[in-house]
Amino acid sequence: MTEKIDKLMEYLQFPAVRYAIIVGLLISLCSSLLGVTLVMKRFSFIGDGLSHVAFGAMAIATVLNVTDNMLIIMPVTVVSAVLLLRTGQNTRIKGDAAVAMISVGALALGYLLMNLAPKNGRTSANLSADVCSTLFGSTSILTLSQKDVITCVVMSAIVVAVFFFFYTKIFAVTFDESFAKATGIRSDLYNLLIAVVIAVIIVFAMNFVGSLLISALIIFPALSAMRVFKSFRSVIVCSVIISLFCASMGLLLAILEGTPVGSTIVAADIAVFFIFSIISMVARRGEK
Amino acid sequence: MSTLLKCEDVSLGYEGSVVTKGLNFTVESGDYLFILGENGSGKSTLIKALLGLKPQLSGEINFVGEVKKNEIGYLPQQTMVQRDFPASVKEIVQSGCVNRCGIRPFYNKEEKKLAKDMMERLEITHLANRCYRELSGGQQQRVLLARALCAARKMILLDEPVTGLDPKASNEMYELIDGLNKKDNITVIMVSHDMNAAVKYAEHILHIGGKQKFFGTKEDYLNSKIGKAFLSVMGGEDDD
Repeated sequence: MTEKIDKLMEYLQFPAVRYAIIVGLLISLCSSLLGVTLVMKRFSFIGDGLSHVAFGAMAIATVLNVTDNMLIIMPVTVVSAVLLLRTGQNTRIKGDAAVAMISVGALALGYLLMNLAPKNGRTSANLSADVCSTLFGSTSILTLSQKDVITCVVMSAIVVAVFFFFYTKIFAVTFDESFAKATGIRSDLYNLLIAVVIAVIIVFAMNFVGSLLISALIIFPALSAMRVFKSFRSVIVCSVIISLFCASMGLLLAILEGTPVGSTIVAADIAVFFIFSIISMVARRGEK
Repeated sequence: MSTLLKCEDVSLGYEGSVVTKGLNFTVESGDYLFILGENGSGKSTLIKALLGLKPQLSGEINFVGEVKKNEIGYLPQQTMVQRDFPASVKEIVQSGCVNRCGIRPFYNKEEKKLAKDMMERLEITHLANRCYRELSGGQQQRVLLARALCAARKMILLDEPVTGLDPKASNEMYELIDGLNKKDNITVIMVSHDMNAAVKYAEHILHIGGKQKFFGTKEDYLNSKIGKAFLSVMGGEDDD
């Protein structure tokens, strides 16, 4: 055991590891905040859809040889999020179908583009490694610069502030959009806000767990918390705690055992989900 | 009694197709108006128009005097999302006050007290910390009604409030609404196809179906041709 702790301490000497831990925890915090809202709005899969859009945008950025990928990825993802959440309400293509369409489409086109593009001096083996790390976020978290960390801290602060400031409105719009609208709440505006925030979170989270696992970060803490807790506030507080706990556990394990960061964190989330399911079953038995 | 709401020659519908037209009616302060009509007659379109969620095709919907647009307490039909929503009764009732907050992020004392008073009025105080999804259908409707009353004290609009309730809970709900109308002097507009309830509680009746078929007092309606026809059809089958 002491051996492990020594090993951990040794790793913590490296700034890259410290950065990874900070960024990992912040992203878990942000993604868990909006999880409940997205699950209740039947947009559980938006994380997946948007991260694929972000992947497609990244492919475009690579092909165009843009130096700062974010300049393309961020606007494209935000616009897609806005369109998705808007079409979810009142159009011919319903929410789940729209998300599925965009998600698969962007993934396929992105991969196609990356293959067609001039190789920029890399081999095709490198390409699949690139794709793999985009999807599963295997290594990039350990190559974060100090600037990345600062950006992430600022972004998280904004997300938390927005959530805190609009908490009551987000609740009203999530619970009952038509009532909120009828009483003069500008629900379109808040839907837009939710869409933009979620897009920003996803673009940042992509570097961390990779686009395939973002949905898990958003959904699992919320679903686990919803099993046990009974008020909106306690569900949100609990899902934040679960998310932070799972992220720390996952990061520690990944550092010590050398497992992929994203998958390890999600595995921890899944474990907690089962524990909470059992707790809720036992609690329900107890009531009867 | 003063007029609160006036509709003049309103027609409603979706782009290109008129669902219902020629609506002329007024709602007085303290009124209890039943809007009757079969499925597809334009009832829900009318509700949306009254709430300002959807513009009318032509004609005028005017709120007069003390009630402004967006000041109608609204009891919508329940959606599937709400049935398993993780929120406490208190949180939901308080969310009726959101429109009073403006840009203030949290509820102030006054709003919390209002929510508390409304829970007391609807006898759900003991449920305040219970989870919404664990309540019975009747209790859930009371919660939503309390929320509606937090949003607006003068006028409430109820969209088929007893759908899915058992007879006992339906009766309680109707009595509760009647109490709000008679004791608290809240103007009630109810959309329903429950003829028996209309006969028992309504003051005025608006019957629509493609166009305005009747508007007037309940007594006149019961003596009218359309009223008698509707009563003989609906009265028999709506006993549940």
